Amino acid sequence: MRREIPLIITGIVGVGFVIQYFIPHAPFSYMSDWFSDWFSIVGACAIVLGALNLMKMSAQKVIRKKKDWGYALVIIASFLLIVIIGLSEGKDFRVPGTRFDWLYNYMYIPLSATMFAILAFFVASASYRAFRARNFEATLLLVAAFFVMLGRVPVGDVLSGFMPEGWRLSDLASWVMNYPQSAGQRAIMIGIGLGIVSTSLRVILGIERSHIGGGK
Amino acid sequence: MEHFALWLAAFLTLGIISFLYKDNAWYKLTEAIFVGLSAGYWFVTLFWDNFYGKFWIGKGEHAYLYVGAFLGLLMLLRLIPKIGWISRWPLSFIVGATSGLWLINYFSSNIMKQVQATIFPLFSSQYGAGFDAGAATVIGNLVIFLGTFTGLVYFFFSKEHKGAFGYTAKVGIWVIMITFGASFGYTVMSRMSLFIGRIDFLLSDWLGMIL
Repeated sequence: MRREIPLIITGIVGVGFVIQYFIPHAPFSYMSDWFSDWFSIVGACAIVLGALNLMKMSAQKVIRKKKDWGYALVIIASFLLIVIIGLSEGKDFRVPGTRFDWLYNYMYIPLSATMFAILAFFVASASYRAFRARNFEATLLLVAAFFVMLGRVPVGDVLSGFMPEGWRLSDLASWVMNYPQSAGQRAIMIGIGLGIVSTSLRVILGIERSHIGGGK
Repeated sequence: MEHFALWLAAFLTLGIISFLYKDNAWYKLTEAIFVGLSAGYWFVTLFWDNFYGKFWIGKGEHAYLYVGAFLGLLMLLRLIPKIGWISRWPLSFIVGATSGLWLINYFSSNIMKQVQATIFPLFSSQYGAGFDAGAATVIGNLVIFLGTFTGLVYFFFSKEHKGAFGYTAKVGIWVIMITFGASFGYTVMSRMSLFIGRIDFLLSDWLGMIL
Protein backbone atom coordinates (compact mmCIF):
# COMPACT_ATOMS: atom_id res chain seq x y z
CA MET A 1 0.00 0.00 0.00
CA ARG A 2 2.94 2.35 0.59
CA ARG A 3 3.58 2.41 -3.15
CA GLU A 4 0.06 1.88 -4.54
CA ILE A 5 -1.67 4.84 -2.81
CA PRO A 6 0.86 7.41 -4.10
CA LEU A 7 0.46 5.99 -7.63
CA ILE A 8 -3.35 6.29 -7.40
CA ILE A 9 -3.09 9.89 -6.11
CA THR A 10 -0.73 10.79 -8.97
CA GLY A 11 -3.06 9.26 -11.57
CA ILE A 12 -6.28 10.85 -10.25
CA VAL A 13 -4.79 14.32 -9.79
CA GLY A 14 -3.04 14.20 -13.19
CA VAL A 15 -6.20 13.12 -15.03
CA GLY A 16 -8.19 15.73 -13.08
CA PHE A 17 -5.92 18.53 -14.29
CA VAL A 18 -6.18 17.30 -17.89
CA ILE A 19 -10.00 17.02 -17.75
CA GLN A 20 -10.53 20.52 -16.29
CA TYR A 21 -8.84 21.96 -19.39
CA PHE A 22 -11.42 20.37 -21.70
CA ILE A 23 -14.55 20.60 -19.49
CA PRO A 24 -14.73 24.07 -17.93
CA HIS A 25 -17.96 23.32 -16.00
CA ALA A 26 -18.74 22.21 -12.44
CA PRO A 27 -17.35 20.17 -10.78
CA PHE A 28 -14.24 20.24 -12.97
CA SER A 29 -14.01 24.04 -12.98
CA TYR A 30 -13.90 24.01 -9.14
CA MET A 31 -11.33 21.22 -9.22
CA SER A 32 -8.95 23.47 -11.10
CA ASP A 33 -9.12 26.16 -8.39
CA TRP A 34 -8.99 23.66 -5.56
CA PHE A 35 -6.05 21.75 -6.98
CA SER A 36 -4.19 25.01 -7.72
CA ASP A 37 -4.62 26.22 -4.13
CA TRP A 38 -3.65 22.83 -2.68
CA PHE A 39 -0.68 22.80 -5.00
CA SER A 40 0.58 26.17 -3.75
CA ILE A 41 0.01 25.17 -0.08
CA VAL A 42 1.84 21.85 -0.46
CA GLY A 43 4.60 23.59 -2.46
CA ALA A 44 4.97 26.15 0.36
CA CYS A 45 5.17 23.30 2.90
CA ALA A 46 7.88 21.65 0.79
CA ILE A 47 9.98 24.82 0.98
CA VAL A 48 9.33 25.10 4.74
CA LEU A 49 10.39 21.45 4.99
CA GLY A 50 13.62 22.34 3.20
CA ALA A 51 14.28 25.23 5.60
CA LEU A 52 13.55 23.07 8.67
CA ASN A 53 15.75 20.32 7.29
CA LEU A 54 18.57 22.83 6.87
CA MET A 55 18.12 23.82 10.54
CA LYS A 56 18.10 20.16 11.61
CA MET A 57 21.31 19.38 9.70
CA SER A 58 23.03 22.54 10.94
CA ALA A 59 21.97 21.88 14.56
CA GLN A 60 23.32 18.31 14.35
CA LYS A 61 26.61 19.69 13.03
CA VAL A 62 26.86 22.14 15.93
CA ILE A 63 25.88 19.58 18.61
CA ARG A 64 28.38 16.99 17.33
CA LYS A 65 31.05 19.69 16.88
CA LYS A 66 31.76 18.53 13.33
CA LYS A 67 34.26 20.32 11.06
CA ASP A 68 33.26 23.97 10.37
CA TRP A 69 30.45 23.79 12.96
CA GLY A 70 30.87 27.52 13.57
CA TYR A 71 29.51 28.27 10.10
CA ALA A 72 26.51 26.02 10.81
CA LEU A 73 25.88 28.17 13.89
CA VAL A 74 25.97 31.30 11.69
CA ILE A 75 23.38 29.67 9.36
CA ILE A 76 21.05 29.04 12.31
CA ALA A 77 21.58 32.53 13.72
CA SER A 78 20.93 34.33 10.43
CA PHE A 79 17.88 32.12 9.74
CA LEU A 80 16.40 32.86 13.18
CA LEU A 81 17.23 36.58 12.86
CA ILE A 82 15.27 37.09 9.64
CA VAL A 83 12.44 34.72 10.66
CA ILE A 84 11.87 36.39 14.05
CA ILE A 85 12.00 39.88 12.54
CA GLY A 86 9.84 38.87 9.56
CA LEU A 87 7.16 37.24 11.71
CA SER A 88 7.12 40.07 14.23
CA GLU A 89 6.63 42.68 11.48
CA GLY A 90 3.21 41.33 10.56
CA LYS A 91 1.71 40.95 7.10
CA ASP A 92 3.19 44.29 5.93
CA PHE A 93 6.70 42.96 6.45
CA ARG A 94 7.83 44.08 2.98
CA VAL A 95 6.84 47.75 3.38
CA PRO A 96 9.88 50.07 2.98
CA GLY A 97 11.26 51.18 6.31
CA THR A 98 10.55 47.97 8.23
CA ARG A 99 13.38 45.99 9.86
CA PHE A 100 12.74 43.14 7.42
CA ASP A 101 13.14 45.58 4.52
CA TRP A 102 16.42 46.78 6.08
CA LEU A 103 17.73 43.20 6.26
CA TYR A 104 16.58 42.57 2.70
CA ASN A 105 18.23 45.70 1.25
CA TYR A 106 21.49 45.74 3.18
CA MET A 107 22.18 42.03 3.66
CA TYR A 108 20.16 39.79 1.33
CA ILE A 109 20.49 41.91 -1.84
CA PRO A 110 24.28 42.54 -1.57
CA LEU A 111 24.88 38.83 -0.88
CA SER A 112 22.67 37.43 -3.64
CA ALA A 113 23.71 40.00 -6.29
CA THR A 114 27.43 39.46 -5.57
CA MET A 115 27.02 35.68 -5.49
CA PHE A 116 25.50 35.74 -9.00
CA ALA A 117 27.97 38.40 -10.18
CA ILE A 118 31.07 36.31 -9.40
CA LEU A 119 29.61 33.52 -11.56
CA ALA A 120 30.75 35.64 -14.53
CA PHE A 121 34.37 34.85 -13.64
CA PHE A 122 33.74 31.13 -13.28
CA VAL A 123 31.83 30.98 -16.56
CA ALA A 124 34.60 32.94 -18.29
CA SER A 125 37.35 30.76 -16.79
CA ALA A 126 35.51 27.51 -17.62
CA SER A 127 34.90 28.68 -21.18
CA TYR A 128 38.55 29.66 -21.57
CA ARG A 129 39.49 26.06 -20.73
CA ALA A 130 36.67 24.37 -22.66
CA PHE A 131 36.29 26.56 -25.77
CA ARG A 132 38.69 25.60 -28.49
CA ALA A 133 38.09 26.18 -32.19
CA ARG A 134 38.74 22.47 -32.82
CA ASN A 135 36.18 22.12 -35.60
CA PHE A 136 33.62 24.15 -37.55
CA GLU A 137 30.81 23.69 -34.96
CA ALA A 138 33.01 24.82 -32.04
CA THR A 139 34.17 27.81 -34.08
CA LEU A 140 30.54 28.82 -34.76
CA LEU A 141 29.84 28.73 -31.01
CA LEU A 142 32.94 30.80 -30.27
CA VAL A 143 32.22 33.40 -32.98
CA ALA A 144 28.55 33.77 -31.97
CA ALA A 145 29.55 34.29 -28.30
CA PHE A 146 32.26 36.78 -29.34
CA PHE A 147 29.91 38.90 -31.46
CA VAL A 148 27.12 38.91 -28.87
CA MET A 149 29.51 39.90 -26.04
CA LEU A 150 31.24 42.61 -28.09
CA GLY A 151 27.96 43.86 -29.55
CA ARG A 152 26.46 44.40 -26.09
CA VAL A 153 29.09 46.92 -24.94
CA PRO A 154 29.85 50.44 -26.28
CA VAL A 155 33.34 49.46 -27.41
CA GLY A 156 31.72 47.15 -29.98
CA ASP A 157 30.19 50.10 -31.80
CA VAL A 158 33.39 52.13 -31.47
CA LEU A 159 35.37 49.34 -33.16
CA SER A 160 32.81 48.98 -35.96
CA GLY A 161 32.10 52.73 -36.25
CA PHE A 162 33.41 52.82 -39.83
CA MET A 163 30.61 50.43 -40.92
CA PRO A 164 27.30 51.87 -42.20
CA GLU A 165 24.34 52.17 -39.82
CA GLY A 166 22.63 48.78 -39.37
CA TRP A 167 25.84 46.78 -39.99
CA ARG A 168 27.70 47.61 -36.77
CA LEU A 169 28.56 45.04 -34.11
CA SER A 170 25.55 45.93 -31.93
CA ASP A 171 23.25 45.42 -34.96
CA LEU A 172 24.95 42.13 -35.78
CA ALA A 173 24.55 40.97 -32.13
CA SER A 174 20.86 41.90 -32.20
CA TRP A 175 20.37 40.03 -35.49
CA VAL A 176 22.06 36.91 -34.10
CA MET A 177 19.89 37.09 -30.96
CA ASN A 178 16.66 37.73 -32.92
CA TYR A 179 16.99 35.19 -35.74
CA PRO A 180 19.44 32.22 -35.56
CA GLN A 181 19.37 32.25 -31.74
CA SER A 182 15.56 32.36 -31.73
CA ALA A 183 15.42 29.49 -34.23
CA GLY A 184 17.71 27.30 -32.09
CA GLN A 185 15.84 28.20 -28.90
CA ARG A 186 12.56 27.34 -30.60
CA ALA A 187 13.85 23.93 -31.72
CA ILE A 188 15.05 23.27 -28.15
CA MET A 189 11.72 24.45 -26.69
CA ILE A 190 9.72 22.22 -29.00
CA GLY A 191 11.99 19.30 -28.09
CA ILE A 192 11.54 20.04 -24.37
CA GLY A 193 7.77 20.29 -24.89
CA LEU A 194 7.63 16.90 -26.58
CA GLY A 195 9.76 15.39 -23.81
CA ILE A 196 7.59 16.85 -21.04
CA VAL A 197 4.35 15.70 -22.70
CA SER A 198 5.62 12.12 -23.02
CA THR A 199 7.10 12.06 -19.49
CA SER A 200 3.86 13.50 -18.01
CA LEU A 201 1.85 10.78 -19.74
CA ARG A 202 4.19 8.13 -18.34
CA VAL A 203 3.85 9.59 -14.82
CA ILE A 204 0.05 9.83 -14.94
CA LEU A 205 -0.25 6.28 -16.29
CA GLY A 206 2.07 4.97 -13.56
CA ILE A 207 4.80 3.78 -15.96
CA GLU A 208 7.29 6.28 -14.55
CA ARG A 209 7.53 5.74 -10.77
CA SER A 210 10.87 7.28 -9.78
CA HIS A 211 9.16 10.05 -7.75
CA ILE A 212 7.95 7.45 -5.22
CA GLY A 213 11.55 6.47 -4.51
CA GLY A 214 12.97 3.14 -3.48
CA GLY A 215 12.09 0.96 -0.49
CA LYS A 216 8.73 -0.43 0.53
CA MET B 1 22.23 53.59 10.99
CA GLU B 2 22.62 54.33 7.28
CA HIS B 3 26.39 54.49 7.73
CA PHE B 4 26.44 51.12 9.52
CA ALA B 5 24.19 49.60 6.82
CA LEU B 6 26.57 50.69 4.05
CA TRP B 7 29.59 49.23 5.88
CA LEU B 8 27.71 45.98 6.52
CA ALA B 9 26.66 45.67 2.85
CA ALA B 10 30.24 46.41 1.76
CA PHE B 11 31.62 43.82 4.23
CA LEU B 12 29.26 41.16 2.85
CA THR B 13 29.95 42.11 -0.80
CA LEU B 14 33.72 41.98 -0.33
CA GLY B 15 33.39 38.69 1.57
CA ILE B 16 31.74 37.02 -1.42
CA ILE B 17 34.18 38.62 -3.89
CA SER B 18 37.12 37.34 -1.77
CA PHE B 19 36.33 33.84 -3.11
CA LEU B 20 37.91 34.94 -6.42
CA TYR B 21 41.26 34.83 -4.58
CA LYS B 22 40.61 31.47 -2.87
CA ASP B 23 38.22 29.72 -0.48
CA ASN B 24 38.70 31.52 2.86
CA ALA B 25 37.07 32.07 6.27
CA TRP B 26 35.57 35.44 5.29
CA TYR B 27 33.85 33.91 2.26
CA LYS B 28 32.61 30.94 4.31
CA LEU B 29 31.14 33.31 6.90
CA THR B 30 29.28 35.40 4.28
CA GLU B 31 28.17 32.23 2.49
CA ALA B 32 26.69 30.87 5.75
CA ILE B 33 24.89 34.18 6.35
CA PHE B 34 23.52 34.04 2.78
CA VAL B 35 22.27 30.45 3.20
CA GLY B 36 20.52 31.25 6.50
CA LEU B 37 19.02 34.51 5.25
CA SER B 38 17.75 32.91 2.00
CA ALA B 39 16.03 30.05 3.83
CA GLY B 40 14.57 32.49 6.36
CA TYR B 41 13.47 34.94 3.67
CA TRP B 42 11.43 32.27 1.86
CA PHE B 43 10.09 30.93 5.17
CA VAL B 44 8.73 34.37 6.12
CA THR B 45 7.46 35.17 2.61
CA LEU B 46 5.60 31.86 2.30
CA PHE B 47 4.20 32.16 5.80
CA TRP B 48 2.60 35.57 5.19
CA ASP B 49 1.66 35.10 1.52
CA ASN B 50 0.55 31.49 1.53
CA PHE B 51 -0.46 30.40 5.03
CA TYR B 52 -1.68 33.70 6.49
CA GLY B 53 -3.06 34.92 3.14
CA LYS B 54 -5.04 31.75 2.50
CA PHE B 55 -6.08 30.63 6.00
CA TRP B 56 -6.44 33.77 8.07
CA ILE B 57 -7.78 36.28 5.58
CA GLY B 58 -10.02 33.74 3.87
CA LYS B 59 -10.85 31.65 6.95
CA GLY B 60 -14.27 30.06 7.08
CA GLU B 61 -15.02 30.85 3.45
CA HIS B 62 -12.92 28.20 1.77
CA ALA B 63 -13.04 25.02 3.84
CA TYR B 64 -11.44 23.04 0.99
CA LEU B 65 -8.12 24.78 1.74
CA TYR B 66 -7.79 22.61 4.85
CA VAL B 67 -7.29 19.58 2.59
CA GLY B 68 -4.26 21.40 1.18
CA ALA B 69 -3.10 22.19 4.72
CA PHE B 70 -3.49 18.51 5.67
CA LEU B 71 -1.42 17.46 2.66
CA GLY B 72 1.17 20.09 3.59
CA LEU B 73 1.40 18.71 7.13
CA LEU B 74 1.86 15.21 5.74
CA MET B 75 4.79 16.59 3.73
CA LEU B 76 6.47 17.72 6.98
CA LEU B 77 6.30 14.12 8.30
CA ARG B 78 9.46 13.48 6.26
CA LEU B 79 11.30 14.94 9.25
CA ILE B 80 10.20 11.88 11.30
CA PRO B 81 12.02 8.88 9.76
CA LYS B 82 9.58 6.19 11.09
CA ILE B 83 6.52 7.62 9.36
CA GLY B 84 8.39 9.55 6.69
CA TRP B 85 6.88 7.33 3.97
CA ILE B 86 3.52 9.15 4.37
CA SER B 87 5.16 12.23 2.80
CA ARG B 88 4.94 10.32 -0.50
CA TRP B 89 1.22 11.20 -0.64
CA PRO B 90 1.57 14.99 -0.90
CA LEU B 91 4.62 14.46 -3.10
CA SER B 92 2.49 12.31 -5.44
CA PHE B 93 -0.11 15.06 -5.44
CA ILE B 94 2.52 17.60 -6.52
CA VAL B 95 3.93 15.26 -9.20
CA GLY B 96 0.44 14.37 -10.50
CA ALA B 97 -0.71 18.00 -10.57
CA THR B 98 2.49 19.13 -12.29
CA SER B 99 2.21 16.33 -14.87
CA GLY B 100 -1.45 17.09 -15.66
CA LEU B 101 -0.84 20.82 -15.87
CA TRP B 102 2.35 20.58 -17.91
CA LEU B 103 0.92 17.96 -20.27
CA ILE B 104 -1.62 20.50 -21.48
CA ASN B 105 0.35 23.73 -21.06
CA TYR B 106 3.54 22.54 -22.72
CA PHE B 107 1.64 20.94 -25.58
CA SER B 108 -0.12 24.22 -26.15
CA SER B 109 2.64 26.78 -25.50
CA ASN B 110 5.90 24.94 -26.25
CA ILE B 111 4.73 22.89 -29.21
CA MET B 112 1.67 24.25 -31.03
CA LYS B 113 2.29 27.97 -30.36
CA GLN B 114 5.98 27.69 -31.29
CA VAL B 115 5.25 25.83 -34.52
CA GLN B 116 2.59 28.42 -35.34
CA ALA B 117 4.98 31.31 -34.56
CA THR B 118 7.57 29.73 -36.88
CA ILE B 119 5.29 29.18 -39.90
CA PHE B 120 2.84 32.06 -39.46
CA PRO B 121 5.19 34.96 -40.40
CA LEU B 122 5.98 33.29 -43.75
CA PHE B 123 2.41 33.81 -44.92
CA SER B 124 1.19 36.49 -42.50
CA SER B 125 -1.54 38.88 -43.61
CA GLN B 126 0.18 41.62 -41.56
CA TYR B 127 2.38 42.23 -44.65
CA GLY B 128 -0.68 43.12 -46.74
CA ALA B 129 -2.46 41.31 -49.56
CA GLY B 130 0.59 41.70 -51.83
CA PHE B 131 2.98 40.49 -49.12
CA ASP B 132 5.06 43.67 -49.19
CA ALA B 133 7.49 42.67 -46.41
CA GLY B 134 11.07 43.94 -46.81
CA ALA B 135 13.88 41.61 -47.91
CA ALA B 136 15.45 41.68 -44.41
CA THR B 137 12.18 40.56 -42.82
CA VAL B 138 11.67 37.76 -45.35
CA ILE B 139 15.25 36.53 -44.90
CA GLY B 140 14.90 36.73 -41.09
CA ASN B 141 11.66 34.74 -41.14
CA LEU B 142 13.22 32.13 -43.44
CA VAL B 143 16.26 31.84 -41.12
CA ILE B 144 13.91 31.19 -38.18
CA PHE B 145 11.85 28.63 -40.13
CA LEU B 146 14.83 26.74 -41.57
CA GLY B 147 16.79 27.00 -38.30
CA THR B 148 13.92 25.59 -36.27
CA PHE B 149 13.23 22.82 -38.78
CA THR B 150 16.87 21.72 -39.10
CA GLY B 151 17.33 21.98 -35.32
CA LEU B 152 14.39 19.64 -34.80
CA VAL B 153 15.79 17.23 -37.40
CA TYR B 154 19.07 17.15 -35.43
CA PHE B 155 17.15 16.18 -32.27
CA PHE B 156 15.41 13.30 -34.06
CA PHE B 157 17.55 10.34 -33.09
CA SER B 158 15.22 7.54 -34.19
CA LYS B 159 16.68 7.69 -37.69
CA GLU B 160 20.37 7.49 -38.54
CA HIS B 161 21.83 10.85 -39.59
CA LYS B 162 22.78 9.84 -43.14
CA GLY B 163 22.22 11.24 -46.65
CA ALA B 164 19.85 14.24 -47.04
CA PHE B 165 18.61 13.71 -43.47
CA GLY B 166 22.21 13.81 -42.25
CA TYR B 167 22.98 17.04 -44.15
CA THR B 168 19.85 18.67 -42.69
CA ALA B 169 20.87 17.55 -39.20
CA LYS B 170 24.34 19.00 -39.87
CA VAL B 171 22.80 22.43 -40.55
CA GLY B 172 20.70 21.88 -37.41
CA ILE B 173 23.78 21.44 -35.22
CA TRP B 174 25.24 24.67 -36.69
CA VAL B 175 22.09 26.52 -35.64
CA ILE B 176 22.20 24.92 -32.18
CA MET B 177 25.88 25.91 -31.81
CA ILE B 178 25.11 29.53 -32.72
CA THR B 179 22.27 29.45 -30.18
CA PHE B 180 24.52 28.11 -27.42
CA GLY B 181 27.24 30.64 -28.26
CA ALA B 182 24.82 33.58 -28.29
CA SER B 183 23.12 32.42 -25.07
CA PHE B 184 26.52 32.00 -23.43
CA GLY B 185 27.60 35.49 -24.48
CA TYR B 186 24.34 36.95 -23.24
CA THR B 187 24.66 35.19 -19.86
CA VAL B 188 28.26 36.34 -19.37
CA MET B 189 27.27 39.93 -20.15
CA SER B 190 24.33 39.85 -17.72
CA ARG B 191 26.58 38.51 -14.94
CA MET B 192 29.16 41.18 -15.81
CA SER B 193 26.44 43.80 -15.55
CA LEU B 194 25.63 42.53 -12.03
CA PHE B 195 29.33 42.65 -11.12
CA ILE B 196 29.65 46.21 -12.42
CA GLY B 197 26.63 47.07 -10.23
CA ARG B 198 28.40 45.71 -7.14
CA ILE B 199 31.66 47.52 -7.97
CA ASP B 200 29.61 50.70 -8.53
CA PHE B 201 28.09 50.22 -5.06
CA LEU B 202 31.53 49.83 -3.47
CA LEU B 203 33.12 52.80 -5.26
CA SER B 204 30.22 55.25 -5.18
CA ASP B 205 27.82 54.40 -2.32
CA TRP B 206 30.40 53.05 0.12
CA LEU B 207 33.67 54.88 -0.65
CA GLY B 208 32.15 57.91 -2.39
CA MET B 209 34.86 57.84 -5.07
CA ILE B 210 32.38 58.21 -7.95
CA LEU B 211 29.98 61.10 -7.62
